[in-house]
Amino acid sequence: MTTRTLAVVSAGLSTPSSTRLLADRLTAATVAALRERGDDATVELVELRAHARDLADNLVTGFANEPLRAAIDTVTGADGLIAVTPVFSASYSGLFKTFFDVLDKDSLTGTPVLLGATAGTARHSLVIEHAMRPLFAYLRAIPAPTGVFAASEDWAGAGGVDAELARRIERAAGELADLVAGRPSTKRPADPFADVPSFEELLRGA
Amino acid sequence: MQFGVFSVSDITTDPTNGRTPSEAERVQAIVTIAKKAEEVGLDVFALGEHHNPPFFSSSPTTTLAYIAAQTRTLQLSTATTLITTNDPVKIAEDYAMLQHLTGGRVDLMMGRGNTGPVYPWFGQDIRNGLPLAVENYALLRRLWDTDVVDWSGQYRTPLQGFTSTPRPLDGVPPFVWHGSIRSPQIAEQAAYYGDGFFSNHIFWPAEHTARMVEFYRRRFEHHGHGAADQAIVGLGGQVFMRKNSQDAIAEFRPYFDNAPVYGHGPSLEDFSRETPLTVGSPQQVIERTLGFREYVGDYQRQLFLIDHAGLPLKTVLEQLDILGEEVVPVLRREFAALKPAHVPDAPTHASRVAARRASLEEVPA
Repeated sequence: MTTRTLAVVSAGLSTPSSTRLLADRLTAATVAALRERGDDATVELVELRAHARDLADNLVTGFANEPLRAAIDTVTGADGLIAVTPVFSASYSGLFKTFFDVLDKDSLTGTPVLLGATAGTARHSLVIEHAMRPLFAYLRAIPAPTGVFAASEDWAGAGGVDAELARRIERAAGELADLVAGRPSTKRPADPFADVPSFEELLRGA
Repeated sequence: MQFGVFSVSDITTDPTNGRTPSEAERVQAIVTIAKKAEEVGLDVFALGEHHNPPFFSSSPTTTLAYIAAQTRTLQLSTATTLITTNDPVKIAEDYAMLQHLTGGRVDLMMGRGNTGPVYPWFGQDIRNGLPLAVENYALLRRLWDTDVVDWSGQYRTPLQGFTSTPRPLDGVPPFVWHGSIRSPQIAEQAAYYGDGFFSNHIFWPAEHTARMVEFYRRRFEHHGHGAADQAIVGLGGQVFMRKNSQDAIAEFRPYFDNAPVYGHGPSLEDFSRETPLTVGSPQQVIERTLGFREYVGDYQRQLFLIDHAGLPLKTVLEQLDILGEEVVPVLRREFAALKPAHVPDAPTHASRVAARRASLEEVPA
């Protein structure tokens, strides 16, 4: 049995947070889906609220401090990523974007990602398609086809979750599990020294 | 081991009183600082090159020549010389000239520049930053090492039968360091030529510097210039000292909080933990600086940044007094005691002339 690492990035700010709630649901469903496919999973949660100041510092100094570095290593070293943001002003929150701004642009290449977003109204439901998907396309990550958007009303069904939302969570988790289970494990963070061309190559303009 | 100071030549408002020095004041201040560095017993003064406000140092050789005329032992260097946007022919000429005038008290640190717009000001394109650094430096070496040069490349008009004058003093060009914060390719370039590698060190966590220097050392050995621990390494450092460390922190904090590079971000305490910045007593600076050796190995040059972020000249001169009286003598002694015999000192004109003579004598008659 292969053990996969799942990193979960939640940009929710309040406690309790519906963003975190959605992240938890997606995580539980993905872990279950991986088990069905014969893989175990270790889950590492990164709550961005705890790194709000670290991220602001990184913007100013150009480097990640120790706590933020640990969070970045967790995310970039994971076999799969679940990324969930609240909708602020018709897009992902600034905190969410800042985290992905400070990552090395190649560090999520080929990483399967499940996208999730929450908002107060269903009118924002396309935010995953018009804002999140292009971001992860730029990072050359592999977003699962189904993104999961949850508005306040979606949490009102029997058992706390609307049946439609529950189905979307299942489907998205299954897609992420397929992507994660189908690829080689033990991804390592990018090493900037690994492929420096030799000086002879640099002189030739390589 | 060499100790000195380097200046980026920023003109910054003093956040404690809102006063901005004029260009005239800062230009004179830099001369005063350099002379003071020699007076208190430091070895090196290095000056930046910038072509936009708020910096004043567009013409380092002019300034360094003026300083050289008023000093006797101070080694003059740059931090950095823009190898990307300067014509390598002009660098070859200017620094050979400076080398003659100063009796060999010159070396240079190559850099690519800190701002994108500088490239078009000099007819270049930032997208070619790295290949420019590679080609221009290769030409600079040719111009210094070969009397008559035929050359053609991508970024400059060809040369036919060109001789750069004056020829390097005693047939030995100035020693070159390559400065870099984040590009392993520059460490590779330094290693290829057997030149020095200077890690800025002050803006990033120590582990980053450690990896860059380790890479440079490994490649220095690969390119056949000696063992990895014989590679020539320089480090930046950033200090502010008072007898009582609490006084140092209280006095420096407003300058830190408003500094152009990292101000309005992390706290002084966080940044001191994450980077080599040391604000405290002379003893704390001694201990921290000795600790650099633990992650880069025995190294040859330590430069401190002390005149930035709007600090008044009087304060900077006090910092130099503390460095010269209390810090550097101890560091000199301690580093020397730790350094194994096979690790070389920083190259000087005298040592390079001696090495050249020795290599010429080895050639059978």
